[in-house]
Amino acid sequence: MPLIEFSDKGLYCRQGNFYIDPWKPVDKAIITHAHSDHARAGSRYYLCHHLTKPLLQLRLGDHVYESADWNEPVFINGVRVSLHPSGHIIGAAQIRVEYNGEVWVASGDYKTEDDGISGAFDPVQCNTFITESTFGLPIYKWKKQAAIFEDIKNWVAQNRENKKTSVLIAYSLGKAQRVLRPLSEMGLPVYVHGAVWNVHQALVNSGWNLPEVKRVQPDTPKQNLAGNIVIAPPSADGTPWMKKFYPYSVGVCSGWMQVRGNARRRNIDAGFALSDHADWDGLLQAVKATGAQKVYATHGFQSAFSRYLNEQGIEAGEVKTEYGSEEEDSKTAG
Amino acid sequence: MKQFATLVNILGTSTKTNDKLQALQDYFAVAADKDKIWVIAIFSGRRPKRIINSTILQSWCIEIIGITQWLFDECYHTVGDLAETISLLLPEPETPTDGYRIGVAPEHTLSYYLETFIRIEKEDEAVKKQFITESWEQMDRNEKFVFNKLITGGFRIGVSQTMMVNALAKTVHAPSSVIAHRISGNWNPATASFEYLLSESVAATDFSKPYPFYLAYAVNEDLEKLGAENEWQAEWKWDGIRGQIIKRNSDFFVWSRGEELMTEKFPEYNNFKDQLPEGTVIDGEIISLAAPAEEGIFKPLPFAALQTRIGRKNITKKQLTEAPVGFIAYDLLEFNGEDIRYKSMAERRQLLEQVIAQTNYPSLHISPIIAFDTWESLGTVRTRSRDMSSEGIMIKRKNSPYQSGRKRGDWWKWKIDPLTIDAVMIYAQKGHGRRSNLYTDYTFAVKDGDRLVSFTKAYSGLTDKEFAQVDAFVKRNSIEKFGPVRTVKPELVFEIAFEGIAASNRHKSGVALRFPRMSRWRQDKKADEINTLDDLKELLKNYNLPLAPEGK
Repeated sequence: MPLIEFSDKGLYCRQGNFYIDPWKPVDKAIITHAHSDHARAGSRYYLCHHLTKPLLQLRLGDHVYESADWNEPVFINGVRVSLHPSGHIIGAAQIRVEYNGEVWVASGDYKTEDDGISGAFDPVQCNTFITESTFGLPIYKWKKQAAIFEDIKNWVAQNRENKKTSVLIAYSLGKAQRVLRPLSEMGLPVYVHGAVWNVHQALVNSGWNLPEVKRVQPDTPKQNLAGNIVIAPPSADGTPWMKKFYPYSVGVCSGWMQVRGNARRRNIDAGFALSDHADWDGLLQAVKATGAQKVYATHGFQSAFSRYLNEQGIEAGEVKTEYGSEEEDSKTAG
Repeated sequence: MKQFATLVNILGTSTKTNDKLQALQDYFAVAADKDKIWVIAIFSGRRPKRIINSTILQSWCIEIIGITQWLFDECYHTVGDLAETISLLLPEPETPTDGYRIGVAPEHTLSYYLETFIRIEKEDEAVKKQFITESWEQMDRNEKFVFNKLITGGFRIGVSQTMMVNALAKTVHAPSSVIAHRISGNWNPATASFEYLLSESVAATDFSKPYPFYLAYAVNEDLEKLGAENEWQAEWKWDGIRGQIIKRNSDFFVWSRGEELMTEKFPEYNNFKDQLPEGTVIDGEIISLAAPAEEGIFKPLPFAALQTRIGRKNITKKQLTEAPVGFIAYDLLEFNGEDIRYKSMAERRQLLEQVIAQTNYPSLHISPIIAFDTWESLGTVRTRSRDMSSEGIMIKRKNSPYQSGRKRGDWWKWKIDPLTIDAVMIYAQKGHGRRSNLYTDYTFAVKDGDRLVSFTKAYSGLTDKEFAQVDAFVKRNSIEKFGPVRTVKPELVFEIAFEGIAASNRHKSGVALRFPRMSRWRQDKKADEINTLDDLKELLKNYNLPLAPEGK
């Protein structure tokens, strides 16, 4: 019997009778991170990292939450469970599960470049590694974060010169906080959409020291916005809410911007291939670092990635999950 | 090259025409003259010959990065553009972030690369490989993309020739119609200079130069708004290739609307040269006509017949007899060596009739005028379009000059409603360009008893939102995992619209459609309610087009 099974409700550990990131309500859920395709409401008990807890409370409402520190063992029915930084967003964890000397790791979403805010990805030795593969093709190789931040700043400066507001599309949880620091260095006021504001407040209230932002309000004077920066989630792109910023230029921060067609399809002015997922090299590096004898690839290019791993002598299979399909995290939304 | 790569990047991502225009103007203001010449050439379809085919090009990329063919293919199907796929796969050069390159030769210009293509075109593959792979090593991703595009061709990045002409016109402070004329015709970007190309003497000395075509917009049903009927002239809209025939300086040229010189392709036109008066330019339709045509009566063949004649270097006797090509004259642009585009269409028509009357060649016809009293009666005539093998009716204002490019107001096309058939989608393939990584290219089938018979592909007609929905369906309901084509559950029904139908022995269904596209997603219909193969055959019979002489 495998330590983790792929059930119709999510990744299931029978011995411990718990699920990892279930997409249906269950008794006991261990949550890798607070994005809504991984963290869903309705379960009776949640375990996550300390930093994730306030975000789950914000997004899922009242439930029973328990949290743990990095690498702090939690025993469930004799199964040893521990959380390890995945570097995806604030509080994002890989879940290490050990029983009878066998170790499985479910990666959740991860990236191998340290972004300075989400915690550095921690390679964990295991027998079986369940990895995401969102960008599991060799065309996805990210530029260094610093270089992309430079591009974004140059774009903002260019817009300012052309008297346009820079509307930067970034997920309200994760990407928004990641781009905030370099943007705040420009000395311009940064305005945010309500969804970004809510996450920002939750983080500030739980002790994060984040640069100051202003919420876009119905009565925010137009001249305050002109030539400045607005951070908005993908769902706001193309809605009447944007009218207030006219004239503006839209830039999207997403790994999908690596391919021109995606940027053209979305009718945006600039695309920045800034991702919170590992690129091709990052995925390979992570898989190799685990030393796993068996790898399961989930959401993304799992067919191609697992086939490639098999050719490299790493036994790999693909698993269908329901991750990577929520509005904020989907391919079409960026 | 960086300059040009930046231009292409802006043109490719910008969503506003004005921004693109500005980017082109900025480029023309600062670029070297040699590079400007090449930009004009590239955006007016005058790129150098392809020096290497795409299979070899990708094999070099695969060799450099050491991946398997299937993985390359997966990447290609996801990106949807070979040039871009290669640029994303190849390693980036090691440069400091300020872009300064250490130990590498200084950056080359656009003209350097293009002229090298021309120079090594006849050389061994090894020479080409060395040049291309060494160039790759020195370029960043953006430059590599543009460089690969120059090799593979097809610069479809949302810039029309008209836009390029408008930017150029602003740069050199001349009317765009003048610029359009000056950069048309037969010139060689490797030898032409910027001043020379844009100088007034060029048009005077280049006898091959066509005029920019005047193109019509579609008119909606409400023709009453056009005003009095007697101010308008109506003609059939013929379905061939719009072209210009030019007789100047005892020489003869045939141009297509795509500004391709096609003189050699139509030996039928050889005699025009002798019969047309010196200094004549006629706008008309290159079209396949059933031979022999008696005077005043001609019967066009379907476009498929003309297709057998274009894109071929050597034309066989058989093709000449099966798909003879004629010319239907619409308009006279130059008469006795004088540019008469400023005259009214009524005057030009009179002169055109005079010129055509002087010839007696059976392939040269004048486009007949359709007599009509009321817009309503013209509508009745229009319903007969298919019987005439025509696409509908052209309506032109009698006092209109001959303008440049697509303009509203004086010329209108009034096309007939398309034929339609309901079909089910059975295969899907990922699209290209802005549809990269989305399933947008579909194959459709009709019913034949219990079987499904594929009969056409279609790529257009849905909104972005609908494409996203169909894409999601394909991803959930496909059978094979690898390769570009997914077999999908035959469930989604679409109304396919098309302009014509001809018999074809190339397709399983025995028919070939003209301009097929998805006119409607029939979410109200189930797969068993689609049309049948017999319905298609019925259409074929009713529209009674002769068998296209292809592939026999």
